[in-house]
Amino acid sequence: MEGLRVGGVNIRRGGRNIVAGAQFSAPAGKVTGLVGPNGAGKSTLISAIVGIERPEAGELTFEGANLVAMGRRERAGICAYVEQSASTEERLSVADVVALGRIPHLPAWAVGLGTDDETVVAEALEKVGMARFAGRQFSTLSGGEQQRVHIARALAQEPKLLVLDEPTSHLDIRAQLQVLHLLGGLAKAGGTVLLALHDLNLALRFCDWLVVLDAGQVVAEGRPAEVLREDLLASVYGVYARLIEGPGGPVIAYEGTV
Amino acid sequence: MRGKKPSGRGLHFLALVALSLLLIASATIAVTFGPADISPTEVWTTILHHLALVPESPVSRLRDAIVWDLRLPRVIAAMGVGAGLALAGAVMQALTRNPLADPYLLGLSSGAALGAVTLVVMGFALLVPVGAFIGSLAALGLALLIAQLLGGATPVRAILAGISISALASAMTSFIIFWSATGDSYREILSWLMGSLSGSGWVDAGLAMSLLLCAPIMLVSARGLDAFAFGDKSAASLGVDVARLRWTLLGASALLTGVMVAIGGAIGFVGLVVPHAVRLAVGSRHGKLLPLSMLVGAIFMLWADTMARTLFDPRELPVGIVTALVGAPAFLLILMRFRRVT
Repeated sequence: MEGLRVGGVNIRRGGRNIVAGAQFSAPAGKVTGLVGPNGAGKSTLISAIVGIERPEAGELTFEGANLVAMGRRERAGICAYVEQSASTEERLSVADVVALGRIPHLPAWAVGLGTDDETVVAEALEKVGMARFAGRQFSTLSGGEQQRVHIARALAQEPKLLVLDEPTSHLDIRAQLQVLHLLGGLAKAGGTVLLALHDLNLALRFCDWLVVLDAGQVVAEGRPAEVLREDLLASVYGVYARLIEGPGGPVIAYEGTV
Repeated sequence: MRGKKPSGRGLHFLALVALSLLLIASATIAVTFGPADISPTEVWTTILHHLALVPESPVSRLRDAIVWDLRLPRVIAAMGVGAGLALAGAVMQALTRNPLADPYLLGLSSGAALGAVTLVVMGFALLVPVGAFIGSLAALGLALLIAQLLGGATPVRAILAGISISALASAMTSFIIFWSATGDSYREILSWLMGSLSGSGWVDAGLAMSLLLCAPIMLVSARGLDAFAFGDKSAASLGVDVARLRWTLLGASALLTGVMVAIGGAIGFVGLVVPHAVRLAVGSRHGKLLPLSMLVGAIFMLWADTMARTLFDPRELPVGIVTALVGAPAFLLILMRFRRVT
């Protein structure tokens, strides 16, 4: 149950506190959503969690282990990261891209992958339903397919914690549902999944746990349906909305801006 | 794409062996080319004799000297420069994620030209390589310093700073040439600016082999370069120390390019085109790309230089003209291929 714990994290950039004392946890076996308006500090906080950026203060622990004090490679073996939409001009096949996920596990001087690594890569592609694309050029895939390959690359890292920064932003609705469904499956299998999201209805539907970030601080944390109240939508997002009971749970109907 | 292909590693190994053999054969044939006809057997007998592996050589003194003192060091220098520039180009393209990057990207060639031309007009023709080396590193240092002062040396800032330093150094070079170059120094400067391996001796060959010091650093970092495919953040999340890798490789390729420029001047197109051509053939995995680029660069430069010295014998062309004449159309073809792919 322990999962990821973020304790009092401060991140300064250009003399400004982007994240100010953020505190929350993302339990193991659950999909935790990180939501908040633009500029709330979601991406910055995620950068710190995955080790791209060092927090000025605060603690980041995963299952009790201190992530900040950990070596880069060790950390990359625990925690994998998927960006909003990462493209490349390099000529890489889908299998090549997924194989990047083995980097933290390989000695620096090793040429090529071992057979074990190749198995891990194949299994990761299988898990995201992209196995038959293994030989395709990555750049020829659709946005949704590319994002699934990125998730496969992250899975090839064999992480315990998967962190995604708005992984569904540029995808059509079908691809969004596919990706979120996939993440739900990974959490059920015991992984800890933390993702930044913009679409609150998707957050309601797919997240088990929700953290609301506003101006660098966590202003609410809990079950999605309990967190996303009408007063919070007004105070954090500046919108009037009503929660309607739909067939699959509550749905937010937006009515206007404050 | 269905069915069992030969394994990628086996093919890669085969390509390495085939290109190595081609390189050795090319070098042998290139040494036989020239005004004096020399057979491949004579070439190898001479080489083995000088390596003290063959005690008595039947090759005459004169022919021995042509092989050992004139043609062989130049062939070795050409191979080293070609391999070095192709390697540095491949690394720069990966580090900056810019397909138009070449070894001279951050002002290195313009800085080298300024250093070299300054020494030529001052009459220190023998010190030109030193001037070129210092000039190239000074330009690079300045470009990176400016990028840092602009708020951190990101690739984009470094490239933009490099462009401005490059323009400035070129303008100063032109000014010096315009103001003080006379007939002889003018031709010397021109041939240097276009890149030429004319007159390369064992010192140049030895300098070119300094490649063997820089190349391992880059080859060992191949996997780190792979991690840059999706940018800095993605590389960092894969456990790569982005800043350290970038500075190490930038430093190594700058040193390498500085040495190559000192040997042959700013020979163009090799560092830009060769990595692209290899990438089209084998993809972007740097474990494959870097060693194959070195071999293809060495073979390409070897033949370009052989053409440069023999096509209009007894006059020599600057090799940079040949690499551009062959390289520019090749690059256009590559661009057209890329358009179809993306």
